[in-house]
Amino acid sequence: MPRQRKPMPGVDPKLLIKDAAKLLPEPSRRLFLRGAASLGALAVLSGCDIIDGDTSENALRVISTFNDRVQAFLFNPNTLAPEYPESMITRPFPFNAYYSEDEAPDVDADKYRLEIGGRVDNKQPWTLPELYKLPEVSQITRHVCVEGWSAIGSWQGVKLSEFLKLIGADLSAKYVWFQCAEGYSNTIDMPTALHPQTQLTLKFDHQILQRAYGFPIKIRIPTKLGFKNPKYVTAMWVQNNDGGGYWENQGYNWFSGL
Amino acid sequence: MTIEATAGPSTLPDTATGPVIHPWWVRVTHWINALAMLLMIGSGWQIYDAAPLFGFEFPRQIALGNWLGGALLWHFAAMWLLVINGLVYVALGILTGRFRRKLFPIRPREVLYDLLAALRGKLSHDDLSMYNAVQKLLYLGILLTGVVIVLSGLSIWKPVQFHTLTSFFGGYNTARYVHFAAMTAIVTFLVVHVTLAILVPKSLRAMIVGR
Repeated sequence: MPRQRKPMPGVDPKLLIKDAAKLLPEPSRRLFLRGAASLGALAVLSGCDIIDGDTSENALRVISTFNDRVQAFLFNPNTLAPEYPESMITRPFPFNAYYSEDEAPDVDADKYRLEIGGRVDNKQPWTLPELYKLPEVSQITRHVCVEGWSAIGSWQGVKLSEFLKLIGADLSAKYVWFQCAEGYSNTIDMPTALHPQTQLTLKFDHQILQRAYGFPIKIRIPTKLGFKNPKYVTAMWVQNNDGGGYWENQGYNWFSGL
Repeated sequence: MTIEATAGPSTLPDTATGPVIHPWWVRVTHWINALAMLLMIGSGWQIYDAAPLFGFEFPRQIALGNWLGGALLWHFAAMWLLVINGLVYVALGILTGRFRRKLFPIRPREVLYDLLAALRGKLSHDDLSMYNAVQKLLYLGILLTGVVIVLSGLSIWKPVQFHTLTSFFGGYNTARYVHFAAMTAIVTFLVVHVTLAILVPKSLRAMIVGR
């Protein structure tokens, strides 16, 4: 919604600028007038929208896309997120979402299937008992929220890179897209999906994931901001087009690497 | 400035032909930096409000970006302006010898003397091309604060890729406090700096037209 700023009644902006310019020496006066005329016109026409509105956000998203490329360049597939001792785990580990805890998805374990799709050889859906049998890795890493706060947690599950190999995924594809039970979604870049600490997480602190922590599957990515770690994951697609994501589509930076 | 200037340009021969106090590159980088700083501070306040470190929030009216996502877009766009402009300024400051000539030496005794003179309102501003000892100390201090705010910012933005830098600032959480403290120092400097520029208007003119 564009908001219009009305000029002050009884004040002619052009005369106001002329008065101000009288205080300056001749050459700078001309320069000042030229600059002020265009600046003033901009301000009167669009008010605060230039600074605070959707117009500026759209322009800034171009730079945000450039920042995605910079971050992909900075991302080193061999750089590991720092790991911490068990004593440093944040207890209780916070629940965080755009809805309250009792609104979180309540997934039926017996009926649950992890759907697989896209550029994958074996698209057979996975039941939870099948997933629990896969080799387990563990990490104690820092979850960093886009808001600025952070918390250290302990996660166990399957290395996502191993899982992708197991299902015969095309590892040269560009993206992996995740769909969640409540409608949340995320797309991540393949280099991040193949990072040694990126995990298809089934447990928190060696217990089957609680509902609050994303039961039955969370994708734990310690090299990305928290909102890029989807919970309640129900489907995974390997693809070459960017499927976007819940927050990314609203303006959070797409790559959001740490 | 106002008294001289309202009488018309003919009464300004000394300023029109006088020595250049601030070369063009100092003026250009100064005002770009001013804009970049305001954008970074305004958006930074909005970002702070999403997870305050202390028991207060910045009023939304003086914060930039409408919401966290908008503020982050501003912050990570203006950072390029701040850093590229800052690098150009520092490179030229070193290469032209301006830093060496203007900021050094800083002698503690002179700082104390000039500080007392300033507080008594007796500090001379006849020659704007020479910085007094308090100015030297503050300008050097704000330059170093600029380095700290950029490096602590990088360590919050990339605590995995730049984890060595992040641990230099005491880890992710401490780096947030360092970043905040550097912002506070810059805002404090800004208040003093702008107040003094208004009290000595010819210093403001020098930063616009050079003389």
